[in-house]
Amino acid sequence: MIPAKFDYVRPGSVDEAVAALVAGGDDAKVITGGQSLLPLLRIRLAAPTVLVDCGRIADMLGVTDAGNSLVIGAATTHHAVMTDPLVKQHAPLLSLTAATVADPAIRHRGTFGGSLAHADPAGDMPTAALALDCVMVVAGPSGRREIPAADFFVDYFTSDLSFDEVLVGVRVPKLGPGWGYEYQKFNRTAQSWAMVGVAAAVRRENGSIAEARVALTNMGATPLRASSVEDALRGASATVEAVGAAAANAADGTHATSELHAQADYREHLARVLSRRAVVAAAGIG
Amino acid sequence: MTDIADHPAVTTPSIGQSVRRKEDARLLTGTTNWTDNIQLPGTLHMQIVRSPFAHAKITRVDLAPALAMPGVVAAFSAAELGDDNAKVICVWPVVDDIVMPDFPSLAVGEVRHVGDCVAVVLATDRYLAADAVEAIEVDYEPLPAVIDMEAALADGADLVHESAGTNHCYTKHYVCGDYEKAAAAADVVVKRRFINQRLIPSTMETRAVVASPMGTSGELTIWSATQIPHVLRVLLALVTGIPENKLRVIAPDVGGGFGGKLQLYREEILATVIANRLGRPVKWTESRSENMVAMHHGRDQIQFIEMAATREGKILGMKVELLANMGAYLQLLTPGIPVLGQFMFNGIYKMDAYDWKSTGVFTTTTPTDAYRGAGRPEATFAVERIVDELAVELGMDPMELRRKNWIKHEEFPYETIAGLTYDSGNYEAATDRAMELFDYDGLRAEQAQRRESKDPVQLGLGISTFTEMCGLAPSRTLNALKYVAGGWEHCTIRILPTGKVELVTGTSPHGQGHETAWSQIAADSLGIPVEDVEVIHGDTGRSPYGMDTYGSRSLAVGGVAILHAAEEAVAKARVIAAHLLEVSADDLEFLDGSFSVKGDPGSSKTIQAVAWEAFTSHNLPDGTDPNLFGISTVDPQVFSYPHGTHLCAVDIDTETGMTKIRKYVAVDDIGVQVNPMIVEGQIHGGLTQGIAQALWEGASYDEDGNLTTASLADYLLPSAVDVPFYTTDRTVTPSTTHPLGTKGVGEAGTIASTPAVMNAVIDALRPLGVTDVLMPATPQTVWRAIQVAQAAGSTGNGGAA
Repeated sequence: MIPAKFDYVRPGSVDEAVAALVAGGDDAKVITGGQSLLPLLRIRLAAPTVLVDCGRIADMLGVTDAGNSLVIGAATTHHAVMTDPLVKQHAPLLSLTAATVADPAIRHRGTFGGSLAHADPAGDMPTAALALDCVMVVAGPSGRREIPAADFFVDYFTSDLSFDEVLVGVRVPKLGPGWGYEYQKFNRTAQSWAMVGVAAAVRRENGSIAEARVALTNMGATPLRASSVEDALRGASATVEAVGAAAANAADGTHATSELHAQADYREHLARVLSRRAVVAAAGIG
Repeated sequence: MTDIADHPAVTTPSIGQSVRRKEDARLLTGTTNWTDNIQLPGTLHMQIVRSPFAHAKITRVDLAPALAMPGVVAAFSAAELGDDNAKVICVWPVVDDIVMPDFPSLAVGEVRHVGDCVAVVLATDRYLAADAVEAIEVDYEPLPAVIDMEAALADGADLVHESAGTNHCYTKHYVCGDYEKAAAAADVVVKRRFINQRLIPSTMETRAVVASPMGTSGELTIWSATQIPHVLRVLLALVTGIPENKLRVIAPDVGGGFGGKLQLYREEILATVIANRLGRPVKWTESRSENMVAMHHGRDQIQFIEMAATREGKILGMKVELLANMGAYLQLLTPGIPVLGQFMFNGIYKMDAYDWKSTGVFTTTTPTDAYRGAGRPEATFAVERIVDELAVELGMDPMELRRKNWIKHEEFPYETIAGLTYDSGNYEAATDRAMELFDYDGLRAEQAQRRESKDPVQLGLGISTFTEMCGLAPSRTLNALKYVAGGWEHCTIRILPTGKVELVTGTSPHGQGHETAWSQIAADSLGIPVEDVEVIHGDTGRSPYGMDTYGSRSLAVGGVAILHAAEEAVAKARVIAAHLLEVSADDLEFLDGSFSVKGDPGSSKTIQAVAWEAFTSHNLPDGTDPNLFGISTVDPQVFSYPHGTHLCAVDIDTETGMTKIRKYVAVDDIGVQVNPMIVEGQIHGGLTQGIAQALWEGASYDEDGNLTTASLADYLLPSAVDVPFYTTDRTVTPSTTHPLGTKGVGEAGTIASTPAVMNAVIDALRPLGVTDVLMPATPQTVWRAIQVAQAAGSTGNGGAA
C-alpha cells in the first residue's frame, strides 16, 4: 500500500528540528531510519502531515566518550552501534543486542534512537537500554531534559517524549570491569521480532554473583526489569542450579499478551528459561 | 559483415552442463520489465474496495464521495458495472453434481470472505486512487462466518451460499479392491486424523495487471504477472465476450508463481473490461496486504487416514477420507486440487485395496487452489506420516517397513492401485545413496544415547520416500478427470537466415530458467552454440500457442515439443542439404551441426549454411518451403514420475519447543538432467517451501473469519539463515516415456520435505509420549504437545496435540 500525503522537512540542527515539530503540531512525526514508521504509513495506521527527518543532524550521529558514560547519537544506526569500538569496549550488551535486530539491510537504516522512541515492547534495543540504566537526552522548546530509561517507556508504543520533543542522544553508563553480558532473543525466524527476549548484565565476584541486571522484551506494555530475578541473584552462587532457581521468578510482575504463536503462559515459561540461559551465559558459568 | 558460413562445429553436448542462466543478469540486477514497471500515457490506476467482513450483506455502496475527488475518473460497484461484471470460472467440475456458485468479479449483494471485491475506483494517479478508495462508503449487515469445515457440513449450519442450500461442494469417491475386507483380514490397522494446513503462496512479486486498448481497432493488450498468459487469453475471451483474436496477453518477467498465478483473477477481468469500457489503459498493482487475503491460498485439508497391514509389515490397504476447504468460491482449479491426490495417497507402495474419498466444503475464506505440488504434497504428507505410524505400531524400523512395501526396481513399469502406470523408478538406489550420505545408523545410535541420558535436546530422524506425478497429461486423461483443458505443449523453432535461432515456446517461465534450459536442448538438437538460441515466451502476440507453466510440466511436456520442432527443422534442412550436395537425403548424416555425406566427410553443409540457402531460395529442390521452421504441438503419453528419498534430522530443544534442522539429505531421481545447476536451485527452493509448511507457514482464521496471519510479520517465511545447508544428490533412472529421459522437478522438493521434517519432529518427541504435532510445528505447538503428553503420561493416556 502507499501512504497518505505528507510534507517532509530535513532540519540541519536539533533546534531546527524542534522548531519544525512545534510548527507541525501533534501531526508532525520525527523520522530517522524509517524502518518502523514507513510500514505504518504504508498500511495507513499512521498519517502524520509532516515528517521531520532528523537522520542527518550531526549532533545526533555517532558515539562519544563522556568519561563515566558513552553518549550515542539517537540517529546512529543499529549497524554503527553494533560495530562501534567504544560500544564494544564499554557497553557490549548494546553491540550484542543490536546484532539481533532484524537483518543487515534494516540494521543499516534503522537507528538506535528511533527504536527507543518507537517504544515497541517487542523491540530489542529498549530492553538493553533499560538493563543498562541508560538516560535519554531530549530536546524540546524549553530546552533539554534527561529521562532515565525506567521512566522513558510509558506504554505500548508510547514513550515519555512530548510531540514537540526529539530524542537527541542516549547516555550509556559505563559499568566498569568484571561484568558479563548476554542477550537471548527467541524468535521463529531470524528476521522476526522477539517472542520474548532477555538482556542480562552480571558481575561475578569470588564464585558468586555480586550484581545482576535482567530485563525482558515483550513481556508487557514496556520493556521490564525482572527485579525479583535480580534480587534473587544478588549473592547467589554462580551455578546453573542457583541461577535457575532465581530465574524461576522471571515472570513475576509481567503482563505478557497472548498471540497465535505465543500465548501468555508460553511467554512466561520462555521468560524463565531464557532468563536462566542469559544469566548463565553472562556470568560465564559452565 | 559476419561471414554467415563461418560456424564452428559444436561438439560438446550442453545437456547435462550447468550452463549459467541467461536470464539472471537482468533478473538479479532489476534491469527488466515487471508488469508494475509498465507506464502507458493516460493510465488510470485502479484500487479495490475489499470486504472487511468474512460474510455480510452489502446494503449500500456510495461511490459519490470518491467520484467528487480531483483526479478520480470513474468508480464502479456491481450495479454500475452491469453486464461487464463478468463471472470468474472454474474449469474443473470434478463430478457431475458439483455445486458451482456464481462468482462475479465484483460482489453482488453479498461478500463471502475478507478481501472479497466490492467496488473499484479509477484515478489518474496511484496515490489519488489510494486516497479515493477510502472515500467509498459501504454499509454491511454482517452474516455468520463459516470457518470450520466439519461444522459447515453439519445439519443446520450457516450457509456460505444461501441459494446452494448447502456448504457441500462435491464428493468424489474412488475405490479399487475391497478395503473393508483388507482391514478385517489385517493384524494391524492404524487410523489417524491429520491436518494439512492452509498456506499462502507468497510470491516475491505480488500480482499486477495493465490492460490497454489499442486505438479504435477494438484490440486490447493485457500485461499480467501470471503463469498462464495463453490460457488467460482464452479465459478472458470466454468470460468477457471480447473476441479472443482481439486480445493479446503478455506475461513479462514474472517474480514467482508457485501456483498462485495459475489463475484467472477477478482483478484481471476488471482491468480488462474497464479499460475496454473507458478506452484508457487501466493498471492495478497489488499490495502485500491485499495479496495475503486475495491471491488464492493452498492446501487446507482434514485427512482421515487408515492403513491396514499384517504383523510382518505387508501393507494390505489404505483408506482416505478428505475434507478439502474450497474457500468461498471456486477458482480455476479449486475442486480438482484434492482430486490430484486420488492418484498419490498410495505413494510408492504396493497394496491390494484403496478407498479414496474427497469432499469439498465451502467456507467464508479466501478460495484455495494450486500451490506448489497441488494435491500431491497433501497426499505425500499423509502416506509418509501414516507409514511411520504403522512402523511404530509394528515395532519396525520405518525404513525397513518402506523397503518391504515399495515397488521394486525390477517391477517397473508398474500399475498402481490408484490406476496410474509408473514408468520407471529405483527407490532402492535413491534410498541407499541417501542413507549413506545421512549416516542413518550413526544418528540412530546417537539418538538412543540421548534418549537414555534424557538430554533436553532430543534428536529425531524423519524419512520421506516419495514419488509424484507431474506433467499433467495426456489430454485424454485430463478429460476423463473432467478437466476442461488439455495437457499438450507447443514449440516453434525458426532457424533464421543468419543461422541464429528463435525458439518460441508455449511454456511461460516465472523464475524457472527456461531461456537457458530450452536453449541447451535446441542447441544440442541443432548442433549450434547455446548462445545462438533466443527463447521467446509469454506473449500471445509472439508465442501464440501454449499451455503455460505449472505442475512441473514445462520440461516434462514442453521439452518434448522442443525436440520434435528441432527434428522437423533438421529434416527440412536435410532435404535442402542433400540437394546442394547432390546426394540422396538418406546418404547424409547430421552431426554437430553439419550434414555430411556418409563416407565422404569432406563433403558437408552446416545447418546455418542451409538456413541461408533456404532464405535466398535460389537453389531449392522442387516442392520445398523456403524456411527452416520446425513446429510441434505434442501431447505426451503419460504423467512424469520423479521420486526420491529425503532424510531429515532435527534437534528439538524440549525446554522451549524450538526445532532446528541439523541435517537434511535429499536424493532425488528426476531421470536425465538438462541443467544440474537449475535442478539444484529447484530442489533447494522446493525443500525450503516444504520445510516451511512443517515449521513456519500456516494461514489461520479466527471464528469471525478474519485472517489472523494477514502480514508477513505473522505469516512467517523462512529465509536462507533459517534453513540448513542441504546435502543433495541425484540418482538417474531415465524416464522411459520422455525422449530425453527427464522427469519434472519443479515441485519434488516441496512434496517430499514436509513429511520428512514432521516424521523427524515426532520421532524426537515420541519417547516423551507425543504421537502427533500440528503443522506448523512452532516452538509453542511443540512445547504444548510435550506438556499435554507428559500430563497424560502421568495419568496413563496417549498424547497428541
